[in-house]
Amino acid sequence: MITETKGYMSVNFLISQAKNIQIVIDQNAAEIEALDQNIGDGDHIFNVQRGLKLVVELEDDIKNLPLQKGLNMIAMKVLSGIGGSSGALFGTFFMSMAKTPDLDKDIDFKKACEMVITGINAMKERGKADVGEKTMMDVLIPVSEKLNELKSGNTDMKEGLSEITKIAEDRMLATKDMLATKGRASFLGERAKGHIDPGARSSQLIIDTICKSLINK
Amino acid sequence: MKKFINNVDDFLKESLNGFGKAHSDIIKVNFEPNFISRKTKTKEGKVSLISGGGSGHEPMHGGFVGHGMLDAACPGFVFSAPTPDQMQAAAEHVDSGAGVLFIVKNYSGDIMNFQMGAEMYSGKNDSIITNDDVAVEDSTFTTGRRGVAATVLVEKIVGSLAENGGSLEECKKLGEKVNKNSGTMGVAFTSCTVPAAGKPTFDIGNDEMEFGVGIHGEPGRKREKIQTSKTIVNNMLEAILDDLKPQKNEKTLLFVNGMGGTPLTELYLVYDDACEILKSKGIEITRSLVGNYCTSLEMQGASITLLKCDEEILKNWDAPVHTAAMRWGM
Repeated sequence: MITETKGYMSVNFLISQAKNIQIVIDQNAAEIEALDQNIGDGDHIFNVQRGLKLVVELEDDIKNLPLQKGLNMIAMKVLSGIGGSSGALFGTFFMSMAKTPDLDKDIDFKKACEMVITGINAMKERGKADVGEKTMMDVLIPVSEKLNELKSGNTDMKEGLSEITKIAEDRMLATKDMLATKGRASFLGERAKGHIDPGARSSQLIIDTICKSLINK
Repeated sequence: MKKFINNVDDFLKESLNGFGKAHSDIIKVNFEPNFISRKTKTKEGKVSLISGGGSGHEPMHGGFVGHGMLDAACPGFVFSAPTPDQMQAAAEHVDSGAGVLFIVKNYSGDIMNFQMGAEMYSGKNDSIITNDDVAVEDSTFTTGRRGVAATVLVEKIVGSLAENGGSLEECKKLGEKVNKNSGTMGVAFTSCTVPAAGKPTFDIGNDEMEFGVGIHGEPGRKREKIQTSKTIVNNMLEAILDDLKPQKNEKTLLFVNGMGGTPLTELYLVYDDACEILKSKGIEITRSLVGNYCTSLEMQGASITLLKCDEEILKNWDAPVHTAAMRWGM
């Protein structure tokens, strides 16, 4: 049963997560770059790293702002500072999260789930990609579905988050044998098979980092 | 990596600075957000054309800003789509009230960012998406074909119509016609190196070529042993003709485009081979373009674009143009 009520989403939470994610992404940068060079053009990792740096650098400007304002500032920074598909998609994610109603109240776990689900739905809409197309959505959509289940079910939160890390990892690995129908890799046909999608890998690392930090809280 | 670089993070800014200084008679470079616009204001009633994309394809698109072509271009980081605020700012800067037509190459990042830019821009606007690359199979389930070198032709031809008072609808219609009448096929002998990456995007043997390569060094149809120019050009043209299916004696524009690292001497040799092959198939070449227009950094290779021309296309192709990279008739 989910009983915790406070502090599941705040500007400070977002900044501290961005810092954690930055470390993990940097540690895995060479691998993600190599994946992208196999089936893309190698820009994904630089876009993700640039985006994280920009968000972390926003700390002083946004740390005292209400959540909605903070999210909007993050969205604009990500949207205008990254470029490529990643910029548009992650910018859309934060912009939509900011549109969740009642952000001025305490954000409990359910509400935080709702925000993330709203954000992922908007990414899906923007990228017009669904599960099975060898993109980051292969990780994010199943994660969103699981969050929806957690939000309305009786699973223990930490247990649920640990299940999510497992889902993200399985789905990331599953992109290896997919044919790509969206994004740069779609131009490769059969040749994209046998390579994990770099966007799926970076998304999985992001999900994994956030979930583990909540589990160990 | 051996490149003219001071600091990787300043690469784009310094290059844009130089571009602005070198062509200060035609264009102006605006920073934060980055866009290149004409030096003079758009005349009233003229539809504004805005294109853009990742940098690294120079002279596309900044080199095509000027009379008879684009009103503004939005450069992203090397090989990364520009951001929506760039398109919004460029549109606000150039629109004289007749509306804005965005010309977008069919790449997921470009499509998404241009869409968001168009949503953020409150004025009248529309978009055309180029997808001339016949190396990629099209289907309703996929991203589809890439937008590559024919984008140059679309920008020139629609640019002329806009300059001569064409409406937003007419410009869009002509742009779509040019795109539909074009087919492009590219071949690469070497990789390119993205400055931020510092190493080649792909490995390729000394005796190999990538057939059907994209303009970011993304792999194409297949990896093959290098062959004579005649054989390579013949295979490229076959792929294009299969797709375009021109009529016997149909007029065409033949565009041989360098990827950045291949000298003009070779591009003209490719042009010669293409002329002979097309002639033997009864296809008439009435216009030509040879040079580095849609490049992939320092990649060695070339693409061939064939455009089926009607009178409207020819008239607008011949019309005066004055940009950093293309100038005739004025």
